Amino acid sequence: MEIPKDLVAASAAPLVLSILTDGPSYGYAIIKRVSDLSGGELEWTEGLLYPLLHRLERQGHIVGSWGASETGRKRKYYDITSDGRAALADHRSQWRAVAAALEESWGSVKRSMAAAPITGAVTA
Amino acid sequence: MSESVEQQVTLWHEHMANRAGVTAEEVDELEDHLRGHIEQLEGAGLSADEAFLVAVKRLGSQSEIAREFARENSDRLWKQLVLDGDARAPKERGDRAGWLPAVIFAIAAAALVKIPALVGITMETHPEFYLRNVSLLGLTGVAAYLLWRHRASTAYAVATAAGFAIIAFAANLYALDIDGDALPMTALHVPIAVWVVVGLAYATARWRSAEGRMDYVRFTGEFLIYLVLIATASVILIVLIGVIPTFVGVDTEQFISQWLVPCGAAGAVVIAAWLVEAKQAIVENMAPVLARIFTPLFTLAFLGLIVVVLASGDLANLDRDLLIACDGVLVVAVALILYNLTARGADTRAGWFDWIQLTLVGSALALDAIALANIAIRITDGWTFNRAVVLGANVILLVNLVVSAWLLVRLIRGRAGSVRTLEMWQTTLIPVYGAWALVVVLVLPPLFGLT
Repeated sequence: MEIPKDLVAASAAPLVLSILTDGPSYGYAIIKRVSDLSGGELEWTEGLLYPLLHRLERQGHIVGSWGASETGRKRKYYDITSDGRAALADHRSQWRAVAAALEESWGSVKRSMAAAPITGAVTA
Repeated sequence: MSESVEQQVTLWHEHMANRAGVTAEEVDELEDHLRGHIEQLEGAGLSADEAFLVAVKRLGSQSEIAREFARENSDRLWKQLVLDGDARAPKERGDRAGWLPAVIFAIAAAALVKIPALVGITMETHPEFYLRNVSLLGLTGVAAYLLWRHRASTAYAVATAAGFAIIAFAANLYALDIDGDALPMTALHVPIAVWVVVGLAYATARWRSAEGRMDYVRFTGEFLIYLVLIATASVILIVLIGVIPTFVGVDTEQFISQWLVPCGAAGAVVIAAWLVEAKQAIVENMAPVLARIFTPLFTLAFLGLIVVVLASGDLANLDRDLLIACDGVLVVAVALILYNLTARGADTRAGWFDWIQLTLVGSALALDAIALANIAIRITDGWTFNRAVVLGANVILLVNLVVSAWLLVRLIRGRAGSVRTLEMWQTTLIPVYGAWALVVVLVLPPLFGLT
């Protein structure tokens, strides 16, 4: 299944914010985590992730700081801020509203699809 | 990791760092990412060399990543145009960024400033006309060029034209006494309003966003740098043309004062606008250096000025000229804060430089407080046009500086997103300056019976 670009872009910021609520993380780990969470359906590119991280940092939703990896390499870690948590809460209610609407409409599609053969039989 | 792969990573790092639109820190971060890929692949059984090749491939082509980064760094937006491999780039560069259209607009702008003289309104006969309209005449060409260059929609072209028309109307509405107070104030404030409208032509649909307005501030700073460079070279040119022919008995003074200077200046502003956009990389590297050299020097000068004011003895009764100098100093302080913001990287950490900036704002605030107290004391003798104008300007600057000082403290204390808040605050005020300038030109003169 190919997830369209627009959908990937729209869900990127809430995913990053939500992953960072589990604690500070860095680029490579975030991409892996997104892949795991989506069962491999979402494969982010670096060209998507890093500009997004820097934008979120600029907006004050996350803060970056230079640290060291387990092997002592220079690595940039990101952590969520209180503004970021507030933004994530907004994202969550927006996505819930969208998902609920979609579920609801699919429920009615299922019902009408179940009803379709009968009306079909009547008109025939 | 093997030594050869280590070398290859270093090479990759250098190549990436040479790309436009990616900062050194961003490359460090990407290198960590690349090494993450390599480690994982080696863990899966690939040899070091193989792992490196696959990792680089996974990271995507360098130009592709660089372009994504340039896009995020919106203040470096122009770099999209120079990044290779972008299908839009050659076309974009070819038909609007070239020198030929800029020269055509410059010639048109030069012709425009001579139109009043052709109908008999010359510098000698109507000096007052030029005091009122020089910025309108001079910057029409720039506004037209920017609108065309940025492919502005008709709506924005009309809005800009309407802005110019309103300012022209306001600037010429009243018959003002040539030796009175109102005419110099009009001459001083019309350019501010014009500057704001040119900003609309520059940013078009992005004028609503802090980023769009910030780009305009950056444009203004670089535009002024180019203008100074052009002016310096022009002085030499004028001396050559003015002096050498006198040796053979030819007088070029008329030609220089009537044609060369006005037309040259009008053309130069268009050329400067073109240079800012076309040769941006040159000045962009200069801006942070200039900011770092001049901010400490201005801070010292401000502190010196405070000492001078304090030493003058009677704080409540300062000399009128000293007050005017204080106002000039405050405008410089605000301009410096704006300029430093444009030179600042998106995620630069707070440092010694911000302390200097805070000192600068603090000393400017002290000067402003002294100036305001003096104006208030003078106003108890009665309102005059000049006092009202100076009071208004000081109040706007005071509010600006108080909030800026508070935001700088937040920045120094490392509050996330505080650079952006400072940018938003500073750029929100730009339309306020324009509105106040219009008030000074349009509302205050009749209030004080100067028309």
